[in-house]
Amino acid sequence: MMSANYTRTAIALHWLMAALVLGTFALGLWMADLPNSPLKLRSYNWHKWAGATFLALALLRLAWRWRHPPPPALPMPHWQARLAGGVHHAMYALFFAVPLVGWAYSSSLGYPLVWFGVLPLPDFVPVDRALAKLIKPWHESAAWGLAGLVVLHVAGAVKHQWIDHDGLLRRMAPWLR
Amino acid sequence: MKALLSTVLLGALTLSGPASAQTVVPEQSEVAFTTRQMGVPVEGRFKRWAAQIRFDPRQPQAAQVDFTIDTASLAFGAAETEAEAAKPGWFHVAKFPQARFVSSSVRSTGAGRFEVLGQLTLKGQAREVRVPVTLAPIAGGLHTASGNFTLRRLEFRIGDGDWNDPSLVADEVLVRLRLVLAGLGPP
Repeated sequence: MMSANYTRTAIALHWLMAALVLGTFALGLWMADLPNSPLKLRSYNWHKWAGATFLALALLRLAWRWRHPPPPALPMPHWQARLAGGVHHAMYALFFAVPLVGWAYSSSLGYPLVWFGVLPLPDFVPVDRALAKLIKPWHESAAWGLAGLVVLHVAGAVKHQWIDHDGLLRRMAPWLR
Repeated sequence: MKALLSTVLLGALTLSGPASAQTVVPEQSEVAFTTRQMGVPVEGRFKRWAAQIRFDPRQPQAAQVDFTIDTASLAFGAAETEAEAAKPGWFHVAKFPQARFVSSSVRSTGAGRFEVLGQLTLKGQAREVRVPVTLAPIAGGLHTASGNFTLRRLEFRIGDGDWNDPSLVADEVLVRLRLVLAGLGPP
């Protein structure tokens, strides 16, 4: 039954990105209303570094998925398979959209991204306050959208594991009984 | 008496004709700087300043540069950063509305190159700074005078208190000057 599982790489990328998206989202929510302080500066930079890391992992994951297609879907009602597929597609879209818009927002405010304070990443938008004001809510809404999709995704996994008992989750979490 | 004496002296200098005054074309000139925050270069600039420059490339030793910067005109990409920079811990704009540079000596260091030595007073702290300046003719009979120098913000108590950790905001600030001068004449 090994062929019905995801590859080790896909599994590692999935859980790494799951941890990173939760942490980055929580940090983003918490830091936004902080008063200006060294703590705020540190939080923003770690949020951006985590976001850039997430973006790199998303690229890697998409490339890996292209070469190593996921195992076929388990038998389930057509609407459920379509819903799961739609959620997966939307999540992949937001894996790119959320960090890219955040990156653009930072650049537009005159804060270029320097990954972990070491590797400068290029600006793809100019410093422009009107642009910053325009896209800030895009970053927030897209992040909330991704959070909503994660909730749906987890709800689906929970349903398969503890209601359907069809072993679907074991394909991504082989340590489960 | 002192004022009279300096007027006479200045008059004598002017009569002997060492350096004529230049005007700066403000819309083409820039007084900017780069600060580093956790490795991220952040650009700022001053929108309002005035420069009095008397400079003759053939007699650089007679040159005089007097630069006044309106600290409230500090501009960053983000409005939040501007508001922060005006606070007492940073530029304390309310108490120190102006920064000033007055040259003490100018010497030639090569073709079109000069070194301007002078005193920079910023946030009530006076320090000697050395600015290498490159002079180059551009179209329309104008010249550009460009020079970069590094200052240490903590020497001027800029970003003291909570922000005095240089691993967070680097101590070194790269100041970038680019002035377009009219009235310099042919070299």
